Amino acid sequence: MVPWFSWSAAIFFVAGLYLGFFVAPTDVQQGEAYRIMFIHVPASILSMFIYLVMAGYAALGLIFNTRLSSMMASALAPTGALLAFLSLWTGALWGKPMWGSWWVWDARLTSELILLFLYIGFIALHASIEDPRRADRASALLAIIGSVNVPIIYFSVQWWNTLHQGATIKFTGTSMHEVMQQGLLAMLLAVWLYAIAMTLIRVRSIILERESKTQWVAELIEVKR
Amino acid sequence: MNQLSLLGLISLVVRRDLVLAMRRRADVLTTLIFFVMVVSLFPLGVGPEMEMLRKMAPGLVWVSALLASMLSLGRMFSADYLDGTLEQMMLAPQSLAIVVLSKILAHWMVSGFPLVIIAPVLGMQFDMSAQALWVLMITLLLGTPILSVIGAAGAALTLGLRGGGALVSLLVLPLCIPVLIFGAGAVESVVSGINAGSNLALLGAILVMALAFMPWITAHALRISLE
Amino acid sequence: MLEISNLACNRGDHLLFSDLNFSISAGQLLQVQGANGSGKTSLLRTLCGLVIPAMGEIKWRGQDIHELDEKFYAEMIYLGHSNAIKDELNAVENLRISAGLAGCKLDDKQIIAALRRMGLRGREMLPVRVLSQGQCRRVALARLLLINVSLWILDEPLTALDVSAVGLMQELIGEHLANKGMVIYTTHQPLEVAGVETQRLALS
Repeated sequence: MVPWFSWSAAIFFVAGLYLGFFVAPTDVQQGEAYRIMFIHVPASILSMFIYLVMAGYAALGLIFNTRLSSMMASALAPTGALLAFLSLWTGALWGKPMWGSWWVWDARLTSELILLFLYIGFIALHASIEDPRRADRASALLAIIGSVNVPIIYFSVQWWNTLHQGATIKFTGTSMHEVMQQGLLAMLLAVWLYAIAMTLIRVRSIILERESKTQWVAELIEVKR
Repeated sequence: MNQLSLLGLISLVVRRDLVLAMRRRADVLTTLIFFVMVVSLFPLGVGPEMEMLRKMAPGLVWVSALLASMLSLGRMFSADYLDGTLEQMMLAPQSLAIVVLSKILAHWMVSGFPLVIIAPVLGMQFDMSAQALWVLMITLLLGTPILSVIGAAGAALTLGLRGGGALVSLLVLPLCIPVLIFGAGAVESVVSGINAGSNLALLGAILVMALAFMPWITAHALRISLE
Repeated sequence: MLEISNLACNRGDHLLFSDLNFSISAGQLLQVQGANGSGKTSLLRTLCGLVIPAMGEIKWRGQDIHELDEKFYAEMIYLGHSNAIKDELNAVENLRISAGLAGCKLDDKQIIAALRRMGLRGREMLPVRVLSQGQCRRVALARLLLINVSLWILDEPLTALDVSAVGLMQELIGEHLANKGMVIYTTHQPLEVAGVETQRLALS
């Protein structure tokens, strides 16, 4: 399955980039700079979505004691963190021409930063516990606490932002051009497929590592080589 | 043999932790002194302009309180973990969540409550108005227990790990952001003449929710850590 | 009363034991034997419900101990490697708290009587910090006298004890068994109780 997802991710990526960077017209207000959106938006959406999926898998693993779902949770975390980072990075790049500074304490950007912290916490906790079962269960609990907290954090950041009346520039959706929508959709699919492919690759290596002593792993051709 | 009531158990555990804390007074003072020092360092970093300091004061005191409360989290369970008392607590015929709640309560009385008491003195350094000082105290009174409750879960998850102290902060700080925002927000709104009620209400709501669910989650985390 | 079937336990990736079957009923004494690292402590901790077994079941009066949870804990006492006593407190305070956690409220007279029985006359009010290792162990063992439960699970109860204390332990275990109690223990020292046959369980 991995090659399927990887190839289709690559195809959509190329298509999305082509649409986004060459076909889509220049925006009236924002000029060429808005094109960074084609990476920024999918990355932000996926980074939030993956956290929820991860917490879901973690909860399943904790409640029903299924090992595969715990492994899925820990395989999702690095991809989610990478996307959150990417979203921050592109957000900063977008912010420079738009707001005149690399970083603005905008509500969405701040929430994304906190999300990255949550990912880092999850990964750090998982990495610092040696016993894999305890690591799975402890970080699952953390992911659950985190996912309950995410709406509260998001709301509080919104609140904080309105209180301070920061320099928020709303993305005024002057009816998006059709090609823009297509490009955005293609990129979203590309990032989605990429995340699935990466997670599958990672979960495969986690399974092989954990089950390294069992018979069926030893019989695998790849391992023998 | 007399059965021990629920309240009896809570008061037993709280009293035990308080006695232990009193016999190790240095630990308690460290948190408090850390808090005072961090708050006092800010003017040295940003300059002595009173106008700016007055504006920054609420957030500054709150951030320092947050950092100071991280400092003592590691101690909440580690001593009991090392000498085996925690194991006995798990094997007790009472609910572990109740024991955890009592320990959190004791921890807050020792490390959170002193911050509430000393905060107005620090606020005066920044020339905060009397009304703002009151609100600051109320927010800390509502907020520091939340920090202890959330911190307890973090401390339970990292129990016995290498580099536990730094890890706890890494896990707990992002989760405490709403508390910081509402806490400092309440004081700031009073300073700028707006009613602080909504901020305080939200802070109270978080406290109630955290008290209802976190001890149970922390108990679960302890079971995972001790396995 | 306590029935163990098909029990298996892991430590990390390493399988400690598997397919363990045994049971113990009122008045019986069970010694778990095995070299260092053979999983004795892990077995005892699993029996207490602290460790969730990789496979198998542990039943107390016919019910799984993880379902019984607190009801099971009300009928057992576990004494681990560590004494679970605080250096800063004195022996009486320590025992009052241990008993409180176990759900019973004791007055100081009962506690002092138990400590005297354990041979700690005159040490009741000293902070535990100044007691010797063996005396600390005695304080921990005094819990057995104060908390009235039927199942004792003792991990190396004789560590640091002198000859007279070992004799006292034999006496205590004998009394407990005579009262229809059950004892599961590990030890590297000989511990025989007169008139009771010790069952042995060897872990390899």
